[in-house]
This record gives sequence, C-alpha cells and structure tokens, in this order.
Amino acid sequence: MSNPDYLLSMQGICKSFGAIQANNNVDLNLSEGDILGLLGENGAGKTTLMNILFGTYQADEGKIMIQGRQITIHSTADALGFGIGMVHQHFHLVHRHTVLENLLVGEPGRRGRLDFSGARRRLLEIGDQFGLTLNPDARVSELTIGEQQRLEIIKALFGDSKILILDEPTAVLTPNESTGLFEALRALAEGGLGIIFISHKLHEVRNVTNRVLVMRAGSVSALVEDTKEVTESDLARLMCGHELNPPKKNTSKLGDTFLSLSAIKTGGSTPQKLKGINLSVQGGEILGIAGVSGNGQKELADVIAGVLSHTEGTIEVKGEIISKASPRLMQKLKIGRIPEDRMTTGLVTSLPLYVSMVLPWIRRSIFSRFGILRKNEILSFTSKMIKRFTIQATGPEVKTGTLSGGNLQKVLLARELAFEPEVLLASQPTRGLDVAAAEFVHRQFLSLREKGAAIILISEDLEELFALSDRIVVMYEGRIAGETKINDASVEDIGLLMAGATFGA
Amino acid sequence: MAFRLELREKTPIWFNIVLPLSAVMATLLLCSGLVALAGANVFHAYSELFLSAVSSRFNLVETFVKAAPLIFTGLAVAVAFRAKFWNIGAEGQLLAGAMAAAYIGGIESLPSFSLVPLMIIASALAGAGWAMLPAILRTRFKVDDVVTTLLLNFVMFYVMTALLDGPWKDPLSGYPDSPDIRMDAEFPILLHATRLHLGVMLSLLAAPMVWWFIRRTTLGFSISVVGENPSASAYAGISITRILIYTALISGSLAGLAGAGEVGGLHFQVMSGISPGYGYTGIVIAMLARLNPIGVVLAALFFAVVVTGAEAMSRATGVPVYLADVIQGTALVTMLIAQLFTTYRIRTLTTQG
Repeated sequence: MSNPDYLLSMQGICKSFGAIQANNNVDLNLSEGDILGLLGENGAGKTTLMNILFGTYQADEGKIMIQGRQITIHSTADALGFGIGMVHQHFHLVHRHTVLENLLVGEPGRRGRLDFSGARRRLLEIGDQFGLTLNPDARVSELTIGEQQRLEIIKALFGDSKILILDEPTAVLTPNESTGLFEALRALAEGGLGIIFISHKLHEVRNVTNRVLVMRAGSVSALVEDTKEVTESDLARLMCGHELNPPKKNTSKLGDTFLSLSAIKTGGSTPQKLKGINLSVQGGEILGIAGVSGNGQKELADVIAGVLSHTEGTIEVKGEIISKASPRLMQKLKIGRIPEDRMTTGLVTSLPLYVSMVLPWIRRSIFSRFGILRKNEILSFTSKMIKRFTIQATGPEVKTGTLSGGNLQKVLLARELAFEPEVLLASQPTRGLDVAAAEFVHRQFLSLREKGAAIILISEDLEELFALSDRIVVMYEGRIAGETKINDASVEDIGLLMAGATFGA
Repeated sequence: MAFRLELREKTPIWFNIVLPLSAVMATLLLCSGLVALAGANVFHAYSELFLSAVSSRFNLVETFVKAAPLIFTGLAVAVAFRAKFWNIGAEGQLLAGAMAAAYIGGIESLPSFSLVPLMIIASALAGAGWAMLPAILRTRFKVDDVVTTLLLNFVMFYVMTALLDGPWKDPLSGYPDSPDIRMDAEFPILLHATRLHLGVMLSLLAAPMVWWFIRRTTLGFSISVVGENPSASAYAGISITRILIYTALISGSLAGLAGAGEVGGLHFQVMSGISPGYGYTGIVIAMLARLNPIGVVLAALFFAVVVTGAEAMSRATGVPVYLADVIQGTALVTMLIAQLFTTYRIRTLTTQG
C-alpha cells in the first residue's frame, strides 16, 4: 500500500470535532512535479486536511508518510522541518520591514545574529531556480498584493521545502497576477516540488493542476488522475453533487435615480483617496464598480455607508441632498450595506447569531420598546431569517463565529435585505465564498433588482461584474476612469482602464 | 507523550460552575504550603478560615456587610470591562461617592426623610461624574483609559486628604476624620443588633438588576456589542462615543454607591482609611466572576469570607492574617488559568499509526 515513490502520502486520515466528522478516511498522494488540485466547497474538509498536514491539528486516525517514511507532525515547526511549506490565504507579513527582514523571521540566525548575507544569497538562488524574484530591500508596504504573495511563496520555499501548500491563493489577485502565479507554480513543479493547490474556482483548477482530488462532506468524492480529461462542469458536479445553475438575468425596468454622488472628495488632513467621484444609480439596475484593490473602492463604499465623511461634493438620495451622512441616516434612507470585511465590520463573531442579525435594527419597535429588548421577537426573527436564507446554523443562539464564510455572508444579506432596502451597497460580496454560496448571493441581487432596487456592486472579480452588472465603472486612483454599458464592455477594455489607461480625450 | 492546547468549538455550560470551584480548590491547595510553613495544621486553619465566617448569625451578617462594597465595585468593573472601557478607577469613584454621601448627610437644612435617598443619589452622581472624565478623555482625545482611571484614583485620594486635613478636620479631636453625618442620615438597619444596613441590601439588589440590564436592554446590548466589536457596531449605526460615556456613567455610579454604603451604613463619616482598596479588589472580583453580575456576588462573598475568617484563623492557629491577601491574589491567578479552558482544551499527543 505504501509507495515509496510518493513524495507525500496521507492515508486513512480521520478527524472529528465533536459530532462533526471533518475528515473521514481521506487518502492523498503527491509525487514530485505534481500540482494537485484540492477542490471542494467550504466546509468540505480541505482546510482541516491541510491543517493536519501542517501540524495545526492532529489526526484522530491515519498516517502521514514522506518519501515512504512514516512521520508524526506535532507542530508547524515539525511540518517545516519535514519540508512542508504553506502559503495562507491571508498573508503573515510585517509591513514596515523589508523583504529580507521578513524572510529572516523565525530563522535561527548565526550565533545570535541575523544572517542577512545568507538570506540574500538564498533569495537569489530561489530567483534563479524558479524565476521568483523580488527586491530584497523593498519594504513590504511598497509591494503589490501579487508581490506580497510571491514573498509568502519564497518564505515557504526558504527552508528548502519539498511540498508547497497554497490555500485559495488567487482570492486576492487580479487576473494578470493570477496568470503570473500559475506560471510560477508550473516552474516550481518542474523544479521537482510537489504542490497542493486548494481552491473552489473551477477554471483555475482546470488551468493549473495536473491531478485533482475532490472532497465533499469530509470524504474524497473523486480523484481525477488527469485534469485534462474533465470539464469544468464535471468538476462542479463532483464538488457540489449537482449541476451548476448560474442565475439568469432578466430584463428589468429602470426606475428613478435613487442615489447620486457628485464631485465627492475625501481627505482633508489624511491622504486624499477619493478625488472627485461622480456616479448615480437608478432603481432596477446593478452598477458594477471594477478596479484593482486600493484605488478608492473601500473609501467610496465607506462614504456611501456613512462611516467616512466626504470633504467636498454632494450626496443625493432620491433627490434630497445629504448634508451629514451617518450609518444610521443611511439605514433610515433604506440603503442596505454589505461591508467588505464581514468578520470585522459586518458581524460580531464572538456573540450569538441573533446579535449580529439585529445589530442595526435594535432600536426598531419590533425589537425593543422603551429601551428594553423584546427577546422573543428577536429570536423568532432570527429563526425566520435562518430558514428563509437557508443559513446553516443550529439556532439563533449559536455563536456567530462558528458559521462558515458562506453562511456568514448569508447572515449579512438576510440582515440587510430584511427591511426592503431601495439601494444595496455590496463590497466584495462573494470573496472567499464557494460556488453554491456565491450563486445564492447573485440570485438575491438579481431578485432585488427585479423588485426595482438599485444595487452598487463593488468587486474585484470581473466574471462576477460581467455576469450581474447593467453598467460597469472602473475606479483608478480615486477617480472614475471610465464607464460602459454592459453590452459594449469587453474584459480587455476594463482591464486597461483598471491599469490606468485613458481613452479618447 | 506531549500536550498541546486546541481551540474549543463550544464551551459546555457546566464549566461556568466547575471552573470557578476548581480554581478555588487549587488556590487552597497552593496556599496550604504557606499555612504549613506557619506551623499550623492545614485542615484546622482552613476550617477556622471558612467556618468562622458562617458560624454565627452575627458573623454571617458581617460577611455580607464586608461583601457589599466589593459587590458594588465588582459590578462597576464588570459593566465597564464588558464595553472594554478599562475602568481601573472604581477606587477613586468610591471615594467621590463617599464624600458626596458624607456631605449631604451633614446638611442640617435638609428634611430628615430626604437624607438617605439624597445621599444615595448624590454618591451615584459623584462616582458617575468622576468616571466621566476619563471617558471624555478617551472618546475625545484618545487618551488611554487605563492610565487616566488609575491616576485619577490618586487625585481623588488627595482631594479627600486635603478636605480631611482642612475644612473637614474634626475640630475636637484634631483627627483627619470628617464630622459625623446626622443621625437621620444613617442608613436603616434591617436586622436588629447587627450591622446589616440598607447599603448591603442595595448591593444584593444591584447585581440582578445589572444582570437584567446587560441582557435585556438596548443599552446593555450595545455595551456588549461595542466591547466585542467596535467597528461592526459603528458600521451598524451605534455611536461608540455615546455608549462609552453611558458605560462610564453606570460604572462610576455603581462604584459611588459603594462609598454611600460605607459612609451611611458603617462609618457615618469619611476618614482616610475608608476604603482599603475596595476599588482594586473589585477588579479582581469582576475577573473572577468572568464579568457576570451574579458571579460578582459569589466572588465578593468568597473574598469577604476569607477576610472575616482570617482573623479567627489567626487567633486560633497563629497563621498571619495576611494569608487572606495571598488567597485573594492566588485566586485571581488560578481563575485566569481556569478561564483558559473555556476556550481551549488540552490534547494529549500520541504517535500516529
């Protein structure tokens, strides 16, 4: 059964948390030069399996072998010692330090001193070997997101790793950066590494891997020995257990202008992030806002949400000028808001679910009277929303943080859609969600649009923007770089605008 | 064989009872070494320590009397810490409350029936006002509240010392004691021939009220939410500034009430030793209670038992009364360790395969 040719072999891995069986008898084999896709919905057990491999958890049963030798991994340090490197979805970098200094974190050094020259040599070596180059003296804060990820990969390779795990590596990248990453991964595989690529994006898995292990509900549901032999819809069926069902966009009638911004600027003493934004949305349309992250989308969302005040320009809601925006005023004007970071700005993960569900509405008379909570109404409202939005939660009292990412996003959606908003502002609403959850979110947006609401969709996922939007505007350095109707838009043009090109005059 | 900590998905409910109890047991075990070192029989000493406090009606009442200020300061800290308003200043707020109560209680022109209620209101207002200052400094100017609340304790202490050495100095004895409050201002005694005064009753009533307030009011809801995630609260339209100010007002008034009880129910005057650090002990009690108002009552009673019992133990066995301080300090440490197990569990590692 044990094949010494495998670089890595995990056999019969079982792991349960209480009653939940996160991994059930999972086998995984990886050879040198392999790029193995690990595909599965959120909660399918991919992350648990990788955490076992990386020493964060211990398997209840099963064994792990590296080059035919059985090993025990107690900790992350053990995993690194066995040549296993991991690139997490969220980067672990010190922004004020340089590339070189970040590489030296956790390195033993020489006689208590940091080995800068050794690190510089190793960085060049990795650059020569795999084409992964970075300026060793650049500060992390000066690097683009793609470069920061390259640094994370170099960090993982730094200690001479043979196995590289990447957890949802493209979640934060632009299309071009993703292409760059895939090239780098192929070079690494040719150099003899075994790579495990965790993702739920089908086209990426099709694109970059040569084998795919599909997981569903804690078990292996399929092992594809040659990626080229399967189609994306094959993979989808293996992953979800059913065919994909992308939502259809019906025509909808344009209504009145619900929200318009003119010449909005922010700043004052702080660096100016918005430098004169003009845009408006009408009822019944979805306005997509594209752009490479950090070009003012977050600030724009914050201004509309009422948490960031603009220094110049005017905001009009249904023809009425808002002189002082605040979160509460925007709620009152029926503007639903889905923040970019659902864990920190959206929900209160450490408290029960019902708290997150009624957070903005707590002063409404259905939930409180004379300052006293109506606990029964709050609980039954939360239960109703759990049902209506098919949120996977055992009840309204469960701790919010125990829900999966897709379910957390459903909680936010349920909360913001509960009192029929006329405008919905959604920032990166499907980031990190699996296919089924993303489809659910999209369907909600489209049905809201058909009901005549205006939707502002800020996203870095061009596919999503093209699928949903009626119009797309591109933000570049705090301004609107261009606007197109969806029928006239092409990915190339949008891509160029995102990179700062200007058309015409 | 090795051990490691692993995150728990869920904390069993019975932990809330078993953990504090095992922390207390561990404390006693740890302190038994010191008792033995003092040359006493550990069981004898501990039985004196715990039984004497409940052995007679008088001692039992005394335990509650000693617990009252600790319940108030414990509640004050618990409310504040829930909002992550780090009020280390219950001591100063207590002193402010005590002085306000002593001042009102000494005004001759007030009708006698109004004295007690006015003292209670005044002490709450004084404590609240003194807590407002650091809250404003934090919300307006982002000044660290740990530092301001702590340092304002000393400011209030010296204000009190100045009063006691100046205008309030006892003209007859020359001691730094304030004049006695009027007879009518003394808190009613609820149980004949004991010191069970109105303040004790108020402290026992305050705990369930605070519990209800935190769970069942929009303000209590907002306090918890702001403490757990300020940015989500702000995004949802809750004003963090307003909530922190309210939190400070409630916390400060609870601490101020502790002062009213001490002046109106026990000492009938203000003197420099009126609080042997009740405000600071309140922090320990709130932590022991894991910020739960009902837990505050239990933790305060535990401390009161230890303090009352230490005297009897010392008389009977010769173990120094300072053991009480050691037990209080050790209890905090063991409780903090015990709390670790509410979020983590220990796993033994065995070799795989």
